[in-house]
Amino acid sequence: MNEAPKLNSFRAGPDEDGRFGIFGGRFVAETLMPLILDLQAEWDKAKNDPAFKAELDNLGAHYIGRPSPLYFAERLTEELGGAKIYFKREELNHTGSHKINNCIGQILLAKRMGKTRIIAETGAGQHGVASATVAARFGLPCVVYMGATDVERQAPNVFRMKLLGAEVKPVTAGNGTLKDAMNEALRDWVTNVDNTYYLIGTAAGPHPYPEMVRDFQAVIGQEAKAQMLEAEGRLPDLVVAAVGGGSNAIGIFHSFLDDEGVKIVGVEAGGKGLDGDEHCASITAGSPGVLHGNRTYLLQDGDGQIKEGHSISAGLDYPGIGPEHSWLNDVGRVEYVPIMDHEALEAFQMLTRLEGIIPALEPSHALAEVIKRAPTMGKDEIILMNLSGRGDKDIFTVGKILGMGL
Amino acid sequence: MTARMDRKFADVASEGRPVLVTYFMGGDPDFETSLSIMKALPKAGSDVIELGMPFSDPMADGPAIQLAGQRSLKAGQTLATTLEIARRFREEDQRTPIVLMGYYNPIYIYGVDRFLTDALEAGIDGLIVVDLPPEMDDELCIPALQKGINFIRLATPTTDDRRLPKVLENTSGFVYYVSMNGITGSALPDPSLIAGAVERIKAHTKLPVCVGFGVKTAEHARAIGASADGVVVGTAIVNQIASSLTEEGKATDATVPGVEALVRGLSAGVRSARLAAAE
Repeated sequence: MNEAPKLNSFRAGPDEDGRFGIFGGRFVAETLMPLILDLQAEWDKAKNDPAFKAELDNLGAHYIGRPSPLYFAERLTEELGGAKIYFKREELNHTGSHKINNCIGQILLAKRMGKTRIIAETGAGQHGVASATVAARFGLPCVVYMGATDVERQAPNVFRMKLLGAEVKPVTAGNGTLKDAMNEALRDWVTNVDNTYYLIGTAAGPHPYPEMVRDFQAVIGQEAKAQMLEAEGRLPDLVVAAVGGGSNAIGIFHSFLDDEGVKIVGVEAGGKGLDGDEHCASITAGSPGVLHGNRTYLLQDGDGQIKEGHSISAGLDYPGIGPEHSWLNDVGRVEYVPIMDHEALEAFQMLTRLEGIIPALEPSHALAEVIKRAPTMGKDEIILMNLSGRGDKDIFTVGKILGMGL
Repeated sequence: MTARMDRKFADVASEGRPVLVTYFMGGDPDFETSLSIMKALPKAGSDVIELGMPFSDPMADGPAIQLAGQRSLKAGQTLATTLEIARRFREEDQRTPIVLMGYYNPIYIYGVDRFLTDALEAGIDGLIVVDLPPEMDDELCIPALQKGINFIRLATPTTDDRRLPKVLENTSGFVYYVSMNGITGSALPDPSLIAGAVERIKAHTKLPVCVGFGVKTAEHARAIGASADGVVVGTAIVNQIASSLTEEGKATDATVPGVEALVRGLSAGVRSARLAAAE
């Protein structure tokens, strides 16, 4: 067999049609095509506009609190007895996760386009809260679609969204989770094309969303790289992040894709195990298909019907993944692995007790992988993990599982 | 087959009336009932049949068609059995064009080449695949046209004059004008706006223009048919089927006759459309 030609860069995608290899694209109804083309034209202008970048940087510094710290987890490192573990502290951002980076960027675009109404989908509620937050900040009405199941298990975030003035619409179709919320948001968008901006929360959907969301989140990796060089004088040996749709992961990965010595691992939700249907491991247990505007790895049956995923973490509970991750998997640049619910739960508790940081259940998956790998690595090696969100929202879920009354 | 479609539109045009296009979901509420519904449609006055392929995530459809898809999938329907419905129908009816309508993923997973071969063999005349805009023509549209299967495109109010030529470029059979921005099953907009839109599209193409989304009654069909070459009715039929089912979603004796009666009324509507326009 011939060897595949070596790529000059892993950071060149997507092409002008929004493709990363066979993944990505624009698989949407005709009603949405003109909107997506308008959005792309505006995005192409904005990303080369120094005024846009200046506004983004200003809000990043004074509203979000960027740069987020790079933190050496000394006690965790000691406990595991191997590689040095650093966290990129995205959970310290305003609203408690990386989601705000993307929301600030997209709402500035919405303003440029003269849109007067914001819609968003949310799973765990972190993106919903971030969307409601920026909508309040810019004085725009906001409707958040959220699966009815998630509304129930993420009650604190539902209340936060309402306080921020957003209307939360529970979606009962299907299993009432993130995929169903996304369907409903798309239906709203095709009905209200004139005034509405759809603020997608992850690096998935039709082109240009995967590229745009990645670029707004890429600040995570850019900062982390500079901070790591300052702290250690060199790049990490391993970068780890949790992957649902994949925005926090692509955000921290992107700056390191062309650094050959840096191994990169994305952690999917293994749920209750890959043998049954109760997981959300699109890459490790799915196959390529077309959903929500892009071709990517999906959980589906032999007839191309999309399956409902399961994860202890509502934020990872999506049967697809951003198209760039699918491509990075197929070209072999990033390794994707599953972590089970119980492993994430153990990691959650370990970090809380050893470092005094309550992580969200999403990055707890990444942490569980770090806990597995660190002891097998040398003490002179370095792991960088994206601590993408804080766990306040998850205390009720965790309390229930651990049998602790709140 | 493209010839059957062209012949049907020419025949109906020579009768001086618009074409009645009826949609139902394949396999709703079960395989046998939906085959009976399909066989009843031409007898009740439907000229062209849109056979829905169920999909778990129908992003452009309203609750009625979404629920129909869920009933169908729950009863075990697959893309293969939807093609089987068409094949069985074709044994008795060689003249009514069949258009498969749905989303791309089940076709992609079935395999595009295998799907087109099987569709042709089952007597399919055209495809409407909602999430394949012209930018994605290499996926299915071009291969379908090469095999002689029509690829029917949706045009919408957001499809402006700048974009229309691109949308129409590889469209064949007819143009499906979606009369509003929104999902299937929404309210019908003002017929005079629709007439203007049909004229706008006809300035760009010689293909017949059929109008759908929101057509529920014979009166609607008559009003739309005054300007359009065809009228598409979907949600109203799906709702009629739903209303005839048991609480568990099973077919009853009223299911097929209910659809027949509705379509007969719609057919009378389109047959008087041009008379109304001439008044």
